Amino acid sequence: MKDPKDTRVVVGMSGGVDSSVTALLLKEQGYDVVGIFMKNWDDTDEHGVCTATEDFEDVVRVANQLDIPYYSVNFEKEYWDKVFTYFLDEYKAGRTPNPDVMCNKEIKFKAFLDHALALGADYVATGHYARIRKNGDRYEMLRGKDSNKDQTYFLNQLPQSVLGKIMFPLGEYTKEEVRDIAKKHNLATATKKDSTGICFIGERNFKDFLSEYLPAQPGKMMTMDGEVKGQHDGLMYYTIGQRQGLGIGGPGGPWFVVGKNLEKNVLYVAQGYHNDYLYSDALEALQVNWISGQDITEPFTCTAKFRYRQKDSEVTVYPLDKNQVRVVFREPQRAITPGQAVVFYDGEVCLGGGTIDKVIKNDQYVDYLA
Amino acid sequence: MKPIYFDHAATTPVHPEVVQAMLPVLENVFGNPSSVHHFGRQARKVIDEARETLASSIGANEKEIVLTGGGTESNNLAIIGTALKHQSRGKHIITTAIEHHASLHAAEFLEKQGFDVTYLPVDESGRVSSEEIRRNLREDTILVSVMFVNNETGILQPIREIGEILRDHQAYFFTDAVQAYGAVPIDVEELGVDLLSVSAHKIYGPKGIGFLYVREGTLIQPLQQGGEQERKRRAGTENTAAARGFQKAVELLMIERKERNETYRSYKRLFLQILKDEGISYSLNGDQQYAVPGIVNISFPGIHVEAFLTNLDLSNVAASSGSACTAGSVDPSHVLAAMFDSDDLRTRNSVRFSFGLDNQEEDIREGATRVAQIVRRLTS
Repeated sequence: MKDPKDTRVVVGMSGGVDSSVTALLLKEQGYDVVGIFMKNWDDTDEHGVCTATEDFEDVVRVANQLDIPYYSVNFEKEYWDKVFTYFLDEYKAGRTPNPDVMCNKEIKFKAFLDHALALGADYVATGHYARIRKNGDRYEMLRGKDSNKDQTYFLNQLPQSVLGKIMFPLGEYTKEEVRDIAKKHNLATATKKDSTGICFIGERNFKDFLSEYLPAQPGKMMTMDGEVKGQHDGLMYYTIGQRQGLGIGGPGGPWFVVGKNLEKNVLYVAQGYHNDYLYSDALEALQVNWISGQDITEPFTCTAKFRYRQKDSEVTVYPLDKNQVRVVFREPQRAITPGQAVVFYDGEVCLGGGTIDKVIKNDQYVDYLA
Repeated sequence: MKPIYFDHAATTPVHPEVVQAMLPVLENVFGNPSSVHHFGRQARKVIDEARETLASSIGANEKEIVLTGGGTESNNLAIIGTALKHQSRGKHIITTAIEHHASLHAAEFLEKQGFDVTYLPVDESGRVSSEEIRRNLREDTILVSVMFVNNETGILQPIREIGEILRDHQAYFFTDAVQAYGAVPIDVEELGVDLLSVSAHKIYGPKGIGFLYVREGTLIQPLQQGGEQERKRRAGTENTAAARGFQKAVELLMIERKERNETYRSYKRLFLQILKDEGISYSLNGDQQYAVPGIVNISFPGIHVEAFLTNLDLSNVAASSGSACTAGSVDPSHVLAAMFDSDDLRTRNSVRFSFGLDNQEEDIREGATRVAQIVRRLTS
């Protein structure tokens, strides 16, 4: 490997504390660090104010503190075509998409990586909480040391071919340690609040945002027995297992979304967190990526996550057609949601993942999940 | 790698003689030029001497020179100040699509205040047609604002012809000469302009000072309220040291302009020759017979200006594009969009190189070679 001072690392800097500390750590290790701010979304409001400008200002302040050059790059078109279009299409199909997974796959570790390589980068680095380890001639992706912050769930689609060009310095740190480092170095972003939610929606109301892009069709809210309980505002606003915002009450405990019928424009609801309709035994996933780059031909057992920050569950994975698998749960799972990612682990190693397509109960596809 | 600066149209380094001229003023002349005591008179003298030099550099008299905070302020004062003062005679303004934002946005501001603004297009030559000006003149036109040299392309505009057309019209004629002043001799009488703006930092002077020439008898509405400085046209205590620096920069320019132009012309020729020798395909934006020697705007098919400029900076060569890339928002250059079309790839693959006093022939060779390497890398 080249000497750090001859190794150019392009850091994706968002103006947040994580990517700031990423740049700092690499700079301290002696790398030739270049900071780049990605602009993926135009949120300029009617007053001409845009949060990206504020975030870029923070990148500038931190880059000046670290004495590294900084630039910006615009991926609004790529983001719209590859991430946002997918996001809307999934909602139109009644599913709950995960734009962060797509953003990592198509933007940060494709468009941005290509841009960095065109700038003579040896590596790109981001502030993700994950680790990359070389094992023989292959790279493995490991969970971040901070199990509470581990972000491998969102990185499950990364191919083997890009892992050798990525650095995740924060994988070895906890969020608390990262904050401490930022404070110790008086980084301009040390006390900046973490961004929450989907990046392009920001602090805005999710319903308002979505309604600007997709026509909402209100319809009936029913129990699985066909009893009308009320009105829904449009199926796209609801996700499986959701409790908030249904506006129905009465005796028998809280109500939850258990399903959708896109054709009839019906939202199914049922009572009780542990309602049987919310549970399933297996799922089928598409677009499965194995980080090792090797196809799976035999069934195997491992653990899996069906949502971010969920505890792992034991599963058996059965290969189907190319890039498709059936995943059988050892214990029934609650609120498996089509469109979300299923991600597989062997201990600390993230094996890869796919998009949940179908949910199975008693050996049959669940037909009330749209 | 030695840093090479090819962005003199953005700003220039302060000339060492300018620094030397400013230092004694900074050190010794602190008085307020408006004060009626010795200290004030001392400062007033510095301002008056500077004003005299500035005035004579364009064939004007001292009363016609309003010192300002720079080019942007001069343009705003000229456009908004004239329009507000004379709106009773009409509310029509003619300008061009290729003006600097300091003029363009001033015109857009007036539009929001109820003025009627005509933005004249340009063709691929990058020049506005004086005939178009004539055709668009109306009885209620009160101001025509056309820049002298475009800052992105370096293309000279037909100021004299426009001045001729406007001699028999009530409309005032303003030209933004910020980019022209360093490159072409200017005589306001010959040109027939009523208002003309200049900035010091484009000609090796300090930042934060410029002037607006206002023809005697032309009234303008001041834009800031305050004291009676600059004959009530620009309130605020004068920047004495900067005025002395401005004066020095102008004195040097008047002596050296011709020679500087010859040097830049040879730099431009050499720069393009090296690109050619390196096998780089490119085209020049704008009709080159009207280009000033120091500026060249080059389109490199197959590159994207964002990645190109980043690469260029990482190889220690400074150049720029007309597109604003702050915070990742790429607004394709409005000048190139006006010349071609906003979809034309040239609006996204063009870069401006502008040469200056601190460049040596060796820098031109080295810089052109680095440029060629990057273009090759990005297009291979």
